Amino acid sequence: MFGRLTIDSLPFYSAVAASGAAVTVLGGLAVAGAITYFGAWRMVMTQWVSSVDHKKIGIMYIMLALVMLLRGFVDAAMMRSQQAIAYNSEGYLPPDHFDQIFSSHGTIMIFFMAMPFLSGLANLIVPQQIGSRDVAFPFMNSVSLWLTTAGAGLMLISLVVGKFSTAGWTAYPPYSGVEYTPGVGVDYWLWMVFIAGFGTTMTGINFLVTIIKNRAPGMTMFRLPLFTWTILITSVLIIFAFPALTVACAMLILDRNFGFHFFTNAMGGNMMNYINLFWLWGHPEVYILILPAFGVFSEVVSTFSQKRLFGYISLVLATCAIGLLSFTVWLHHFFTMGSSAKVNSFFGTMTTIISVPTGVKVFDWLLTMYRGRIIFKPPMLFTIGFLVTFVIGGLSGVLLALPPIDYLMHNTTFLVAHFHNMIIPGVLFGYLAGYMYWFPKAFGFKLNEKWGTRAFWCWIVGFYVAFMPLYVLGMLGMPRRMEHYDIAAWQPHLIVAGIGAFIILLGMICLAVQLVVSIRERNQALDLSGDPWNGRSLEWATSSPAAPYNFAVLPKVESRDAWWDMKQRGVAYERPAEYEDIVMPKNTYAGLVIGVAGGVFGFAAIWWMWWLALLSLAVIAAAIIYRASDDDDEFVMTASEVKAIEDERFAQLAKAPKNEMADEPGFAGEPAPEPAE
Amino acid sequence: MADGPTLDPTGPIALTERDLLFKATAIMMIVIIPVFVMAAWFTVRYRGTNRKARYTPNFDFYWPAEIIVWSIPAAIVVWLAFHLWEYTYKLDPYTEIDPSVKPLQVQAIAQDWKWLFVYPEQNIAVVNELAMPVGTPVSITITSDTVMNSLVIPKLGGQIYAMAGMQTRLNLLADEEGTFWGRNVQYSGTGFADQQFQTHAQSKEEFDAWVEKAKQAGKSLDAATYDALAKPSQKVPVTYYSGVEPGLFDKIIAKWSHGDMDRMPHHSQAETTE
Ligand code: HEM
Ligand SMILES: [Cu+2]
Ligand SMILES: [Cu+2]
Repeated sequence: MFGRLTIDSLPFYSAVAASGAAVTVLGGLAVAGAITYFGAWRMVMTQWVSSVDHKKIGIMYIMLALVMLLRGFVDAAMMRSQQAIAYNSEGYLPPDHFDQIFSSHGTIMIFFMAMPFLSGLANLIVPQQIGSRDVAFPFMNSVSLWLTTAGAGLMLISLVVGKFSTAGWTAYPPYSGVEYTPGVGVDYWLWMVFIAGFGTTMTGINFLVTIIKNRAPGMTMFRLPLFTWTILITSVLIIFAFPALTVACAMLILDRNFGFHFFTNAMGGNMMNYINLFWLWGHPEVYILILPAFGVFSEVVSTFSQKRLFGYISLVLATCAIGLLSFTVWLHHFFTMGSSAKVNSFFGTMTTIISVPTGVKVFDWLLTMYRGRIIFKPPMLFTIGFLVTFVIGGLSGVLLALPPIDYLMHNTTFLVAHFHNMIIPGVLFGYLAGYMYWFPKAFGFKLNEKWGTRAFWCWIVGFYVAFMPLYVLGMLGMPRRMEHYDIAAWQPHLIVAGIGAFIILLGMICLAVQLVVSIRERNQALDLSGDPWNGRSLEWATSSPAAPYNFAVLPKVESRDAWWDMKQRGVAYERPAEYEDIVMPKNTYAGLVIGVAGGVFGFAAIWWMWWLALLSLAVIAAAIIYRASDDDDEFVMTASEVKAIEDERFAQLAKAPKNEMADEPGFAGEPAPEPAE
Repeated sequence: MADGPTLDPTGPIALTERDLLFKATAIMMIVIIPVFVMAAWFTVRYRGTNRKARYTPNFDFYWPAEIIVWSIPAAIVVWLAFHLWEYTYKLDPYTEIDPSVKPLQVQAIAQDWKWLFVYPEQNIAVVNELAMPVGTPVSITITSDTVMNSLVIPKLGGQIYAMAGMQTRLNLLADEEGTFWGRNVQYSGTGFADQQFQTHAQSKEEFDAWVEKAKQAGKSLDAATYDALAKPSQKVPVTYYSGVEPGLFDKIIAKWSHGDMDRMPHHSQAETTE
């Protein structure tokens, strides 16, 4: 009945594990309690979880990402404190527990923090940026969200029921094989990645089609805002890369559960095939994460420099080049596997080549600031912090691309420092900048700037203090994933790194305070016009938050920086002569049902409750059949309903300041005049 | 940090690796420093409140700038690529350091969680200790009798993976006497943190004495002793074996390989040096 699930699977064997589980359970209860307290269940069920509106789906993705960021950070803080004290001592975490923590930290941050954040920003903004009413497949979008959430749910459940994997976020066999790591940990990892991967693949398909098919009239490819361009390329990368991961997971699942020998030590298995498949996904994955952040930086730097983006064509070409090249470098993750000098040299060279388009981007952003009028809002601070810090990570990345140097540095904390140097200032700062930049678009009020600025300073200072010592430690030979050590020279650096993590904790607190303060004081920071930053692209043409259909009348695009151009031509807030009926997709629970059943399926497969697995598959099949045969999945918003919403919007616009940025000290005037040369 | 293994190596391999590290870092300063300077300068100069600075809101393209931002990084990459090929061939861990000198042969076997080193020519074996005469190239063939491991002695040079059923190679040379630590750096389970050993680079006489000491151990590494040793164990003290079952290393590879894995294309290098 319960497969291999027994009462011993509960975490009463260790105080640290039990308290982690308790916090998770209490957190879940607190959320449920809060919804009950505010009497919000009805709203949550009918307007949110069943929603197929890309904006709401985007918001839910980002909420998931922020929760998981917190969880991933707790792991990081635990590792940092363990390593700070574990010189010639066991510290407070036994190896088995420490190993679960680095595994869950990496898995959470990549799969359940960064990926949902990316999908969230794309959902929220891309349809509005291209002047579209929705994504191409709204229902599939909801399925994607709930499959991703199912994976994240399994991650949280693993904290309470059973143990997590100790095989790292990469789960290299043969260690991750059943001979060396029996138990459910690796199965948790496999099934959550497998299930969430389906959701991500569908997101990729959805956004590729949306951007190709749903652009407003006149929105040619070379008028697309840069953020949309990066999501387009990211979608292509997702479509090509994720199947490799899904296949690798499926094969390892067969190895572990059904006696196959794809990757085992003996019986003709070969772990090197897994490693190749994994990085065939894994390297494009890092560009899947970072390209959208590059997109955010492109939008932010031009808006807050009050200037057109410099080198648009270069930036687009560089994005495409990076996308293409990202499939030609994966072997640099295992230069030390014994390939010939020729093979290593080839992949090393390809890796250094990929730094060229990346460097071009950095210079184009800097040249956008050149002769601009820079306004230092928090998103812009994150952008400048990124520019300076990212090149250091680029330097260490190119060093690691040189095989002889990689022989020395591979598997050391130098590598850990390198990828955090790319991923925190690059990916995370980009997403946080996007979060603060587009928050008003999602909720109709701005985030508090004081706390945003504080968060920025804590994050950037904390980053340097936490990760620069790891470069030094790498030169001192310290391997990654060390639970304890007996080399005295390492400890001072690890203590400094621990202090850095503490400063980042302050940054996390600032982010939380910012959100609370902003909600409390939202009436002082309302975004009435829908264009709080004097923006340039079409998402600022809608109201904040946007109407369910985004645009009552589809905009006609005549130039790059479409919205700016409309403001300049004085046609920005024109009232259309009449409105038309708009066909909208109906909310549905089918996506949620598929997600929940997907999660239950994963749980059942992990614990070998095969009857439950079959049952949940049947539920998924039933939901798909039901949905596919439901002909009543759309409704019409009549022209008069649209008119009512738009009338309200124009009444609000009348109350809004002519330009929300007009009071800023550095404001250059709107639309900014070109001074006579 | 100056006495860290990477910056203060004691062998030609690690030294050349460090050379490349310095050269590559220096050349990349050509792009890094301008980024720092431009970021600081533009941030201050073009802050919105500085009304004296020139403001050109539509300035979004300038051919010379585009050419510079593409060509300078490209030129650096060309420079890097030349050095990359040269050094990667020179420092290929499979390549013998000095073809005119016969290297000392060592076979390294990764176990949970220790290293077993077999000296086939001396017919001795030792757990968690490696010794070598200074100035003599050492050729280590590596395999694993468990999960994937990675062997590194940072003061001497780079690492290479140890994989069951397969054989990889690392050629090293110490040109100064001393004791350097080495270890597995590929995470391998509970005992990973303590999976380390010391390497003694000694004079010829000291090395011979060391071999003699091992020969006195009285205990031989036969099949049964090996099986007992291969069981997972942690912090295993240095142990000497005065004799080794013939062909032990190859048997361990054969045990896992079931088919000729060492003939895989990416291991062909191993054959050419055999
Ligand atoms: C917020 C501050 C962060 C801190 C203090 C931190 C700290 C750490 C530490 C201590 C490790 C283990 C290093 C080791 O193995 O010795 C680690 C590993 C890792 N981190 Fe982070 N991290 C942070 C943020 C992130 C973010 C934002 C991401 C990705 C989006 C990330 C991805 C990873 C990955 C993939 C690993 C490797 C896990 C493995 O070894 O399997 N980290 N981090
Ligand atoms: Cu890569
Ligand atoms: Cu191999």
